[in-house]
Amino acid sequence: MTFKPGTELGRPNLEVFAETLLSLARADRNVVAVTSASRGSGKLVPYAAAVPEQLVEVGIAEQTLVGVAAGLASAGKTVFAVSPASFLTARALEQIKNDVCYSDQPVTLVGISAGVSYGALGSTHHSTHDLAALRALDNLTIVAPADNHEAAEAVRAAAAAAHPVYLRFGKRPLVHLHEPDAQFEVGKAPVVREGADAAFVATGETVCHALEAANELQKQGLYCRVLSMHTIRPLDAEAVLRAARECRALITVEEHSVHGGLGEACAALLMQAGIYVPFKIVGFPDEYMVTGGQLEIFDHYGISAKGLASTAEALLAGDGG
Amino acid sequence: MTDAELRIKSIQYRKKLLTYIKKAGAGHTGGDLSCIDILSVLYNRILNVSPETFGDAGRDRYIQSKGHSVEALYVVLADKGFFPESDLETLCRYQSHYVGHPTRKVRGIEHNTGALGHGLAFSTGVALAGKMDGAAYRVYTLLGDGELAEGSNWESLMAAAHYRLDNLVAIVDRNSLQITGRTEEVCDIEPLESKAAAFGWSVRTVDGHHVAALSEQLQATPFRAGTPSMLIAKTIKGKGVSFMENDPKWHHGVPDDAQYEQAQQELSRLLEKAER
Repeated sequence: MTFKPGTELGRPNLEVFAETLLSLARADRNVVAVTSASRGSGKLVPYAAAVPEQLVEVGIAEQTLVGVAAGLASAGKTVFAVSPASFLTARALEQIKNDVCYSDQPVTLVGISAGVSYGALGSTHHSTHDLAALRALDNLTIVAPADNHEAAEAVRAAAAAAHPVYLRFGKRPLVHLHEPDAQFEVGKAPVVREGADAAFVATGETVCHALEAANELQKQGLYCRVLSMHTIRPLDAEAVLRAARECRALITVEEHSVHGGLGEACAALLMQAGIYVPFKIVGFPDEYMVTGGQLEIFDHYGISAKGLASTAEALLAGDGG
Repeated sequence: MTDAELRIKSIQYRKKLLTYIKKAGAGHTGGDLSCIDILSVLYNRILNVSPETFGDAGRDRYIQSKGHSVEALYVVLADKGFFPESDLETLCRYQSHYVGHPTRKVRGIEHNTGALGHGLAFSTGVALAGKMDGAAYRVYTLLGDGELAEGSNWESLMAAAHYRLDNLVAIVDRNSLQITGRTEEVCDIEPLESKAAAFGWSVRTVDGHHVAALSEQLQATPFRAGTPSMLIAKTIKGKGVSFMENDPKWHHGVPDDAQYEQAQQELSRLLEKAER
């Protein structure tokens, strides 16, 4: 049986993260998770039970979470600082900037329930700013895995990294996009689907929707490429430039504000390379955000098979999407 | 090193840090002079760290949370041989690693600081790693009193007490002044001793310019087994230079030529007295 990406439902990336971390922790006593009363939402309850001496709980104190993580890393620990992305990357931004990035302490910051995973809880709990805020910090690799395979591989890569990493995980079960033995490399965007009409450059939990849109568009004879841009930084410039040269339009898709995230990173890259292609950034606009389930919010802002397919059709028809 | 020798060293450090601040035309003079005796005692008597052992996992750590008093740290590290003192000629110059706040680009410095309210959380993490590993090292951090208005400190005070980190020592440079004026007028932190005690720390207060008393207290840590220790060092901002003492304008004031001469003369007289 051949693997068909996007057909079989997997598990939430958060569960895969927690399981992978536990396997790493069992193999190496220096692996430490630091939580801010977030072990439940981080799916780390089994981890806490299995390796309690490798869990540091600081309470609801994100600034101390990140500072303590940096201190542990400086003393040789392989540290995962786990907290909801909304709080981790806003409340503790200065600790991320100074104690982790500037001081070059190899902490892995894990933003859980990222994007609009906490959809109905409102904007306090959404992280639609994190990619923009963190992209402006020197010395941080940023990865938003799109499926369980990417999630597990990203966790293993982060554990082995010599410098700071930010990982971004959501709560929903995700369809498998890759063979279990597919190659994963930080900074290299896998092509989930080939095509040369429009190209979707998507990241994180939006990739499966871009794939579904591409499948729909094929019914109309449009063959669209889908890239899983799991690494926001360093951006796989080569893959983006190739897509822009080989395809007739390019659409970026992210669970994030349209400002400062993947879309603007691609736009800057293309403009400075002198490549002008019909281009659209799909994400959350400047407005008081709608609430509801993650998929309802996605649908509202056109991050759905239907919405993305019509964006592609419009761009290809030359009316700017 | 005897107490008398240590007192002499502290005055020499004062002279040197003023020399480099004057050359650079920049520096946090007042706070440097308030914490220099603390640094002198730490590096000459307390810390188990040297240029040779700086990379060792078992070394004692010093993290300067009040990063702006970096000139004091630079002159002490140079004296201890972490780098040639001549490097300080480049203080605050274009492309120098000797910038106005500590960075790990300078040998001997553990952590990049400068934004306030960061050192205690970092130190808590280092101390926690020591406990996890059964290591014998101690972690010392220097906090400013104005810095204690940063809420992150109080988070970390709780966390350090929760984990019973008796290998952690926080020294507060209690000079009672900050950039805006008197700490008590800006945002009152008293009663500091009982506040920190209520957060689960063992707290003592000492004359922060008395090297023998400082040594005695720092050698007595942990003040109580199973708790982190806080030493409130009562200091004078600008200590050692008459016209700089207790005047907030010297927070980052740089002396003009006449002031510089007077300051060095005053310190030379103190040095002669200490050497007799």
